[in-house]
Amino acid sequence: MASSFSAAKITQPLPLNTTNTRSPDNPLFSSFKSAPPASSFLGSTHKLRIQRPASARAQTRSGTVVAVSDVVKEKKLKSNAPTSNLLITKEEGLEVYEDMILGRAFEDMCAQMYYRGKMFGFVHLYNGQEAISSGFIKLLKKEDSVVSTYRDHVHALSKGVPARAVMSELFGKATGCCRGQGGSMHMFSKEHNVLGGFAFIGEGIPVATGAAFTSKYKREVLKEGDCDHVTLAFFGDGTCNNGQFFECLNMAALWKLPIVFVVENNLWAIGMSHLRATSDPQIWKKGPAFGMPGVHVDGMDVLKVREVAKEAIGRARRGEGPTLVECETYRFRGHSLADPDELRDPAEKAHYATRDPITSLKKYMIDNKLASEAELKAIEKKIDEVVEEAVEFAEESPAPSRSQLLENVFADPKGFGIGPDGRYRCEDPKFTEGTAHV
Amino acid sequence: MWGIIRQKVGAGGISAPSMQRIRPAVSAWRSYSSSGKEMTVRDALNSALDEEMSADPKVYVMGEEVGEYQGAYKITKGLLDKFGPERVVDTPITEAGFAGIGVGSAYYGLRPVIEFMTFNFSMQAIDHIINSAAKSNYMSAGQINVPIVFRGPNGAAAGVGAQHSQCFAAWYASLPGLKVLAPYSSEDARGLLKAAIRDPDPVVFLENELLYGESFPVSAEVLDSSFCLPIGKAKIEREGKDVTITAFSKMVGYALKAAEMLAKEGISAEVINLRSIRPLDRATINASVRKTNRLVTVEEGYAQHGVGAEICTSVIEDSFGYLDAPVERISGADVPTPYAANLERMAFPQVEDIVRAAQRACFRSVPMAAAA
Repeated sequence: MASSFSAAKITQPLPLNTTNTRSPDNPLFSSFKSAPPASSFLGSTHKLRIQRPASARAQTRSGTVVAVSDVVKEKKLKSNAPTSNLLITKEEGLEVYEDMILGRAFEDMCAQMYYRGKMFGFVHLYNGQEAISSGFIKLLKKEDSVVSTYRDHVHALSKGVPARAVMSELFGKATGCCRGQGGSMHMFSKEHNVLGGFAFIGEGIPVATGAAFTSKYKREVLKEGDCDHVTLAFFGDGTCNNGQFFECLNMAALWKLPIVFVVENNLWAIGMSHLRATSDPQIWKKGPAFGMPGVHVDGMDVLKVREVAKEAIGRARRGEGPTLVECETYRFRGHSLADPDELRDPAEKAHYATRDPITSLKKYMIDNKLASEAELKAIEKKIDEVVEEAVEFAEESPAPSRSQLLENVFADPKGFGIGPDGRYRCEDPKFTEGTAHV
Repeated sequence: MWGIIRQKVGAGGISAPSMQRIRPAVSAWRSYSSSGKEMTVRDALNSALDEEMSADPKVYVMGEEVGEYQGAYKITKGLLDKFGPERVVDTPITEAGFAGIGVGSAYYGLRPVIEFMTFNFSMQAIDHIINSAAKSNYMSAGQINVPIVFRGPNGAAAGVGAQHSQCFAAWYASLPGLKVLAPYSSEDARGLLKAAIRDPDPVVFLENELLYGESFPVSAEVLDSSFCLPIGKAKIEREGKDVTITAFSKMVGYALKAAEMLAKEGISAEVINLRSIRPLDRATINASVRKTNRLVTVEEGYAQHGVGAEICTSVIEDSFGYLDAPVERISGADVPTPYAANLERMAFPQVEDIVRAAQRACFRSVPMAAAA
């Protein structure tokens, strides 16, 4: 019991940035002993209020937490040999690096465009959290789906929505991925299976659970035997106090749905610190309470996130059920571009700025001779061009035409329904015969 | 119980000879005489679900007690045995959760039928009905449509108290992106539910608990498995020439009874069963008012911002010159539903209220003083 508890909390130490300690006081993996450190928010300057007795109580609840952590622990033992097992190949490394650079450059450009008045309304930027998006989404197939919150630009980009489509959508142009009708908070793409973009906290979680339900339904009822599509639900620390989150943890575990609940715990919900809002701030513990593994991972380290993601997504694909993954991360900018961001301690911000996931990956790749400085610089240059081109494209695109206002309210606006042959039933002359008084 | 007894005396659930005596207008019932079969609303809904689930494997039912309990009101009786637990899904008590799960699966082309034990409980899930179902086709610019049906009993039952008695027709019908249906008879129930399941948009299907046990005559065409009624078309249940009475759901029965009583006084009332609250069949209502020149709207819900208010405005906008009298609006009393039987009776429209309103519209009685 003790080993499964502690292994569940901690991911294996990787040969990446071992000089980085998580916070001034607490070394990273001293807690292979049974209880987590007093401040288990690695890097936060706030102290956790929960004392050890609570953690000891928690030990007895974690009976079912086994799958993810054991495999991950084995990897740790294997990778003890100094240079043999790097966690990533060169191609994968470059792909992930490019994705994170795209996310960062895009969001920085959004900020610029917002202050120039090209973008308006609510814009929530993802700077600092790129490791989670790239670490998880780059492992998915095209048919897997992603459900996100209002902080969804980078999730859409990682999933494959072209940067120019996202930028046009933000500018409110007709060439946007939702023709300008959704906006920053409602990125939908049927082609890439991005199911939104939801403004309400917690709203995306049941929708993601439904997408996972469909995957299981297709396999069991519709007999599409090889349907192993996985759904990822991204949401924040504030959402973990919302009722819908718990309802879906229950049902996903009950019906063993192929979903991974990814908590992007950036410690702040607008100006509300996670520690002020939550009775037990260790979110990963809420997984075992519902019968699924709960894993905590350092969300500023893309390779660690990728390892955990591989296991969680693999579990879901094999039909073993859901996983709750808590990624501890940080957003470098405010909640949205309208947020003055006065409540966060500058020392905390400075601390996390030193743990920027992009610089960490760059250092890893260069130190382990996976790529040269020049190659990485070439990628950055290429991405800058992509983002510039996206802005030009969005600028030149037309605004939606007036007739677009009333379109797309209904898939079947006439209200008569669409028959099995795909045509409106009201066009079928036989439809309105008989007792149907029309 | 008193409510059920009252209705058994009224429209529906009565034998053929008395039907023909009470309904001289033949056109609305022209197929009736060919078959003497009757069906309760409950069986109509059950058969509609059964047939749609057999026809399309993507249709599934989800809700509380729909499976092993055979449905809280026995609407889904027998479906679990026939289709299995993957397609008739019993849920924990999580309206927000399972409504959202339904919406998420509908994004992917499954056709869920989500049952709320009563529509009062849908308020726990209303965020998903409105924000993730109704608005998605628009927000995604047509990429993602949501072919989902939310169904369940709506409006007052008998003596169930304030939190179980509200009518939500006006709430859901105020939003673009949702279709709202309110069947009355078995034919309505079957046809509209089949149309709703086949419809590619989110549909809120408002049934009525007290109508479940009522029997209505059904023709052979209604029993056919491809029978569907159009969404957005009202039905003229009884033709008349002096005053138009619009109603939906249980109030149609009351309106028909009121029409019989008015006929004895020489007032010929035309009763319109709205069937579809959104889209509202303004054409039929306006055509009828242009014929009769007087309008009485009947609903169980509250008056302010209600269905009657919308109908009244539609008639004033389109047929103002044709009105010979002010529009009479009969609705529930402006109070949360009381429990005591006599108070509850006063809180909802009764047949006498409809009769009096029609008489006022025809200038047969003095109008009431304006309320404060």
